[in-house]
Amino acid sequence: MFRRIFVITVLIFMVSVFFAIPTFANNLKGVLEINSWWTAGGEAEGLNALFEIYRAKYPDVEVINATVAGGAGTNAKAVFKTRMLGGDPPDTFQVHAGHELIDTWVVPGYMQPLTDIYKSEGWTEAMPQGVLDIVSYQGDYWSVPVNIHRSNVLWFNKSIFDKYKITPPRTFNQFFDVCDELKTKGVVPFVMGTKGGWEAGHVFESILLGKLGANDYNGLWTGEVKWSDPRVTDALETFAKMVSYLNTDHSALTWDEAGQYLLKEKGAMMIMGDWTNGWFMSVGFEDYGWAPPPNTEGIFLALSDSFALPKGCKNQENVIAWLKVLGSKEGQYSFNKAKGSIPARTDVDISDYNDYLKSAARDWQRDAISPSVMHGAAASEGWTTEYKDTISLFVSRPDVSYTQKVLVTAAEEYLKK
Amino acid sequence: MQIKGDKWTPILFITPSIVAIGIFIYGFIGWTSFISFTKWNNVLPDYTLVGFENYRKLFANMRFQIDLHNTLVFTVIFVTSCLLIGLLLAVLIDQRIKGEGIFRNLFLLPMALSFIVSGVIWHWLFNPGSIQMGNIGVNQLFEKVGLNFLICGWYTDPNIGIKAVAIAAIWQFSGYTMALYLAGLKGIPLELREAAAIDGASKWKIFYYITLPFLRPITFGAIIILGHISLKIFDLIVAMTGSGPAFSSDVPAFFMYDTTFRGNHFAQGASIAIILLLLVSLLIIPYLITTFRKEA
Repeated sequence: MFRRIFVITVLIFMVSVFFAIPTFANNLKGVLEINSWWTAGGEAEGLNALFEIYRAKYPDVEVINATVAGGAGTNAKAVFKTRMLGGDPPDTFQVHAGHELIDTWVVPGYMQPLTDIYKSEGWTEAMPQGVLDIVSYQGDYWSVPVNIHRSNVLWFNKSIFDKYKITPPRTFNQFFDVCDELKTKGVVPFVMGTKGGWEAGHVFESILLGKLGANDYNGLWTGEVKWSDPRVTDALETFAKMVSYLNTDHSALTWDEAGQYLLKEKGAMMIMGDWTNGWFMSVGFEDYGWAPPPNTEGIFLALSDSFALPKGCKNQENVIAWLKVLGSKEGQYSFNKAKGSIPARTDVDISDYNDYLKSAARDWQRDAISPSVMHGAAASEGWTTEYKDTISLFVSRPDVSYTQKVLVTAAEEYLKK
Repeated sequence: MQIKGDKWTPILFITPSIVAIGIFIYGFIGWTSFISFTKWNNVLPDYTLVGFENYRKLFANMRFQIDLHNTLVFTVIFVTSCLLIGLLLAVLIDQRIKGEGIFRNLFLLPMALSFIVSGVIWHWLFNPGSIQMGNIGVNQLFEKVGLNFLICGWYTDPNIGIKAVAIAAIWQFSGYTMALYLAGLKGIPLELREAAAIDGASKWKIFYYITLPFLRPITFGAIIILGHISLKIFDLIVAMTGSGPAFSSDVPAFFMYDTTFRGNHFAQGASIAIILLLLVSLLIIPYLITTFRKEA
């Protein structure tokens, strides 16, 4: 009898200790499932840096890294969408700040506002207005941006430029002069990879920006500027001309495979977002320079990856703690250093980032900011997809008037909504 | 012991699978066709009926027109080539040569690979390279053996596009067709051929008047199997080429994925699914009708 009571007492004690220990350490336990499409090189490293910070703070939370590979996140988005619609939302997931976040998730009411966290963490002061604008809707903030990428960057091989004494072209006329000269030297003047389907749309947004300027480019997406504008025609004609200088195997290559032309000194210029900088670092290539694409000096075509809080997620407390890590100085510093992007906060010390990132951070504070369309900031996903298909077709069938007509129709349809 | 003839026991056993098939196959086909008539073209479901609006837009869409054309080209090339190559291989192997088993397995092997694997391999093989970077893959091979006139852009050439993908698919499935024909050939009674040979029929005549007629049901079955594979093709395209230049290697299934999950056009995606279903039915229903008639 005594023995029995003793055993039960010991058991009760052990069980209570078992439950008590976590509450002594901190109040968070359970799991946190984070969904993103960051699987390659620097981006995976950046994500891991964030996990480390989180694990150090909340050792009892098991972090589940639920990534789905695939550039620009198409495959990952298919998974999130199925789960959201099926009533089984992931704890938190990666989403491009801007229309992709707002139109797809916030307006239909799938998200919870984060305004309180923004205020308590002081992010409304730490982040610039341009960022706050693209994550807000009806006076609330809806996601936490971890980084800023620049879409309009012209990368070039420095050796080639030095060899032929070329300076980065600042206007389209200079661009074509450079192309003509390089062509005679047996170098591919302008490199692109179009296998993913979105790359042409990415390049074309820089050309639109160059032809229309920041204000009117933004107007295209809000309806203030018509797509039938003659400057859009001009942009299409210019793009058609640029395409004629391309590497012939562009449709067999992804953007980074196309970057091999620059690495091997066979190609001179490429327009791609500044994740290219991270990629150059990861393959150990240093012989590159950068400049804004023609006519876009002083304009920063921006996109931002962010994380949000879905309604009905299972581990709300853990997600909120995660979002706080994302928005913290420490989180933003470590993530962006590895990923090769700049922090969304302007008060992070980045003096040990590389030269490109420092120049991007300087431009970010100084330049006019425009939203990228191909990366979800400027238009809804439906519109972006139509835009992508139209421009992708245009590369092989450069029919200016047909393409412009399709773009006009798409704009009418999506602005109506 | 004999099981007593109970009217209800079989029904009881079969009910769960009937219910499951009813819900998860026919129920969802019904649901998809309903969605295809609605306005659900955003993440938030919108079940307002719009009639044939989605279909009208789809057929006016340049990408979809190209896709249908590609599907037709792909199906014709893929099915006929698989049948011809498969038959040829089967007849050759059926000559009772030495090492029959090795050849049979060798030809059948590609079928064991998933489309993703073969897609990646053929993506590399058909990567044309360029003047500046040099020829790679198949083009490099042609260059080495002096067949320079065969060097081309493969799937990067909008005029080839889907045909390059068809070559990869033929490589993968002609062995399978061979296996089907081989089974058919083994089923032809030897006496018939011997009798014909004794009657003085040439080898060609025996093949034409005895072998081929016996293989007709096999051919029919092979067309159904290959045809529905080619209509549903998706993974090979994704791994090998993507949409290709000017959508020259795009197919409806890939467009469906893109428009549904990238563009949030759920109703449009559903319409494509229904059109694909109708296309497959065109192939399957005549087959089912003839099979049931034979059995009846």
